Amino acid sequence: MSGKIRLIDENGLRVDGRKPNELRPIKMEVGVLSNADGSAYIEQGKSKILAAVYGPREVHPRHLALPDRALLRCRYHMAPFSVEERKSPAPSRREIELSKVIREALEPAVFLEKFPRTSIDVFIEVLQADGGTRCAGTTVAALALADAGIPMRDMVVACAAGKIDGVLVLDLNDIEDKEGEADLPVAYMPNLGLISLLQMDGTLTFEEFKQALNLAIEGCKQIYRLQKEALKAKYVAIKEEVEEACLQ
Amino acid sequence: MFYFENRQIVTPGELLAEGDYIAGSNTYKEGLKIYASRLGLVEYEERTVQVIALNSVYIPSPGDQVIGKIEDINVNGWTVDINSPYKGILRANDAFNKPFKQQRDNLANLLDVGDLILAKVVAFDRTIDPILTIREPGLGKITQGQIVRVSPAKVPRIIGRKASMINMIKRETECKIIVGRNGIVLVSGPSPENERLAILAIERIAQEAHTSGLTDRIAEMIKREKGVKA
Repeated sequence: MSGKIRLIDENGLRVDGRKPNELRPIKMEVGVLSNADGSAYIEQGKSKILAAVYGPREVHPRHLALPDRALLRCRYHMAPFSVEERKSPAPSRREIELSKVIREALEPAVFLEKFPRTSIDVFIEVLQADGGTRCAGTTVAALALADAGIPMRDMVVACAAGKIDGVLVLDLNDIEDKEGEADLPVAYMPNLGLISLLQMDGTLTFEEFKQALNLAIEGCKQIYRLQKEALKAKYVAIKEEVEEACLQ
Repeated sequence: MFYFENRQIVTPGELLAEGDYIAGSNTYKEGLKIYASRLGLVEYEERTVQVIALNSVYIPSPGDQVIGKIEDINVNGWTVDINSPYKGILRANDAFNKPFKQQRDNLANLLDVGDLILAKVVAFDRTIDPILTIREPGLGKITQGQIVRVSPAKVPRIIGRKASMINMIKRETECKIIVGRNGIVLVSGPSPENERLAILAIERIAQEAHTSGLTDRIAEMIKREKGVKA
């Protein structure tokens, strides 16, 4: 137990007043950048992330092209102002790792074999970080991919579960992640019921792990509903506008 | 068993139908289940289930008419940007009427970098870049008109069923309109005002492609715009 900071108060609520199995408030928007082929933006609590997708397009440098499928490239990057202390804009060890992890979480969902000799580039820019950015980053990246019209087997949604002050909780924020006992990010394909990312930091008993995994998957399903809505919202708005104009 | 109504918006991964159906475009089948693979409008027909994509890139297909821009001149041909992940290849032998001789013929005299061409895709598959041709009446260098870019996914909507939409716009605006399958549209008309109207109509179609009763609305819009000016 950390003991220094109390992460759960006497009423069983967390530092930001959430119940253990409650998500942070989430806002998503699709098609926010006009120069990208697909783009999306997410606000999950205080974390704010922008994602842009380009492609399928020609591969540069040429020799990286794959003869049988598209090359999926992913860059997770944190803006220098995204954290309390200025972060160097150069990619850190952690960012390079997260780029790889997010790419591998998205890869099984995308029909890469439909576009041989091309590349699909995903840029994930963290504007403000407050924990759970790898999960939120995966969620927006999938949203931007769908917006770009790239064929996918399923959407990808990610959400973390963890243990703080001995309690299993959903969707950890920065302080809970740092001071808590365990963090378990999960990326999930909700219609196919497949897990494409599973990491764990800290210690959980096997029983706790199973519970935390189920909790994270439940969180993913909740986020998936918002993700679907956000994707449709762009087109539904135009449709309603048109229908309204017709009635007048 | 269908899970949606016709023309509802679906997202990738959503279960569209279950049973003995054929998976059409932008869908895939696993066992008896048909899922959407793109964001689009679902369409159920008797035996097939398909999704009309709302956004996509242009993937060349033999027979397609496309509008491209000369990107580079090579030893025996040109490379052409056709708004696709794959660049088009136009061979010198195709463009010259007589057999092409490197010592005699200068490719840049015929088509230079930056020129726009109307071409047709002759061959394309996963392993080779699309081969283009301009050896057909009406094809070749584009010398006049304005270019409008739309998402290649909207092209069928601009043309309309049995070309109803495009014919209506042509009639109402008196413009010549050539729609490239790759989402590039050439508009040339008797006056800039006519061209402006046609471009406005095309952009509106691209914007509202997923709504119904579009042809009538566009016709009405053109008439209204014409009335304002007259």
